[in-house]
Amino acid sequence: MHEIAIPGRSWESEAAATTAGQEDMGGIRLVAVLELTNISKHFGAIQAVNDVSFTLEAGQVVGLMGDNGAGKSTLVKMIAGNFRPSHGTMQMDGKELILHKPVEARQHGIEIVHQDLALCNNLTAAANVYLGRELRLGVGPFRILDYAAMYKRAGQIFAELKSETRPRDLVKQMSGGQRQAVAIARTMLSQAKIVLMDEPTAAISVRQVAEVLNLIRHLRDQGIAVVLISHRMPDVFDVADRVIVMRRGRKVADKKIAASSPEEVTGLITGAIEQVS
Amino acid sequence: MAVTLDQTIAQKQHTFLSRMFASQTFWVVIAVILACLFLSFATDAFATQKNLYNITRNITFVAIVALGMTFVIITGGIDLSVGSVLCLCSMVLAVTMHAGYSIEIGILASVLTALAIGAFNGILIAYLGFPPFVVTLGMLSIARSLAMVASNNTVVFQFGPDHDKLLALGGGAWLFGIANPVLYMILLALITGFTLRWTRFGRHIFAIGGNEHAATLTGVPVRQIKVAVYMISALAAGIAGIIQTGWLGAVTTNLGTGMELQVIAATVIGGANLAGGVGTAFGAIVGAALIEVIRNSLGLLGINAFWQGVFIGGAILMAVLFDRIRNFRRSD
Repeated sequence: MHEIAIPGRSWESEAAATTAGQEDMGGIRLVAVLELTNISKHFGAIQAVNDVSFTLEAGQVVGLMGDNGAGKSTLVKMIAGNFRPSHGTMQMDGKELILHKPVEARQHGIEIVHQDLALCNNLTAAANVYLGRELRLGVGPFRILDYAAMYKRAGQIFAELKSETRPRDLVKQMSGGQRQAVAIARTMLSQAKIVLMDEPTAAISVRQVAEVLNLIRHLRDQGIAVVLISHRMPDVFDVADRVIVMRRGRKVADKKIAASSPEEVTGLITGAIEQVS
Repeated sequence: MAVTLDQTIAQKQHTFLSRMFASQTFWVVIAVILACLFLSFATDAFATQKNLYNITRNITFVAIVALGMTFVIITGGIDLSVGSVLCLCSMVLAVTMHAGYSIEIGILASVLTALAIGAFNGILIAYLGFPPFVVTLGMLSIARSLAMVASNNTVVFQFGPDHDKLLALGGGAWLFGIANPVLYMILLALITGFTLRWTRFGRHIFAIGGNEHAATLTGVPVRQIKVAVYMISALAAGIAGIIQTGWLGAVTTNLGTGMELQVIAATVIGGANLAGGVGTAFGAIVGAALIEVIRNSLGLLGINAFWQGVFIGGAILMAVLFDRIRNFRRSD
């Protein structure tokens, strides 16, 4: 839709796509869905994100960690179409990706689960899942809401997510984990390729955290690339395949979870460890 | 205990009955029915055809405006300008027809005035971020003043060549002796109810009232919808103004003074929540009915009219009290 092919750059993207596509990780062939190259963002004099590059692969959970103000949210907001990068390029499936608005990101299969979940308490679970993309029956301007279809599909998605959420229940009366399920179910309406999750386990009980981590695994098993922004070390080490650490706008680590440790990541976040490759 | 997917999908939190008993609107309906029964036995004048005709017709003006107000209140807004807008639209109709134009042109001018005022309110609120209370308070003053300017603060009671058509429109009874305004009210209530329940627009109105930020994030066109609801509210006031002009046969510049409070009271008594996210078309009508029955009964029972305010105010507080008690129980 807004993909602009820049002549003289195509060889570069092809090369990048090929190398990323062939990257081997634990014997599984991984397909790169999104590639960020030298992304920077500054707001006036403040350098929020500085020269960050990484790739996201299908069916992989990437934990994005860092202290407050490290640039995690800014980075994610660029992927979600809220901000445009000051420098650098984003490529999706080998083509340059330029996003002006969040709606465009959604059209490209990039979904975000907001930290506050963006739910309307006065509506049902199904209504929240379909908010802004309601299914309708009829022709032309004479269309009515297709309640039955929305209840049905929402119910199926909750079942796929192994969540106990029921489509007709009001969100007002739900637990934290169920609310997360509603917000996550939204991302499964369309063929999402990338799901960005902002602190999904920050304000819920321990039992519900397990529920949410399971939801994340379900997304991963369907071949979706998940970016998990989190402050909670145990969650990231539990569910993520890879961890990226940001500090003061820079990427200071990008490695497999198996090759890292909570101690190392803590050191990287605080700056006790400068950088690892 | 295997639960199939279909059962989960069909699972409702409340049965029809439990939902009915939990609704404020239901209890207001009961209150209206009880009051009517009581008055039928306690007075000779209540259950007469003439009185019922009067009551139903009196309900309509507040009810029609309340239907428009319901949209605004569901989004979490408020429209204080409806009384003045009703007067201005009434006056635009009267002045246009008095100048010799046809009833069609008069109504068109009146409706366009209403839509323009609604759009003005809505744009200030949605795009410039003004608080609804302040914008519509300003419009309350502006619209009333414009009505005085338009008529030079005189009473208009001659409506040109289509004079009789206008009086028939508002004062007639085209169907089974039911006053015309009542027919319009029923039609508008059905349209309102349908819009709120069955259209995407209606769904988005509830979403904005529930969590405006969430609505924005999920791609709901929040600003356009907000402009639309203020236009609907002004349009409802305009329609009520047109009908009332035909019914009264004369327009003065104090028409609809203080009506905004009655309308808001009707909406709230009927179950709408001023915090947004809750409200129904039926509730607006029932709320208007309760207010009118209270007014009527005080007169029939020979209670000094000065007490009216106390009873209507009491009804507002009672209705909200019901809501609070229900919430208390739920949070236990």
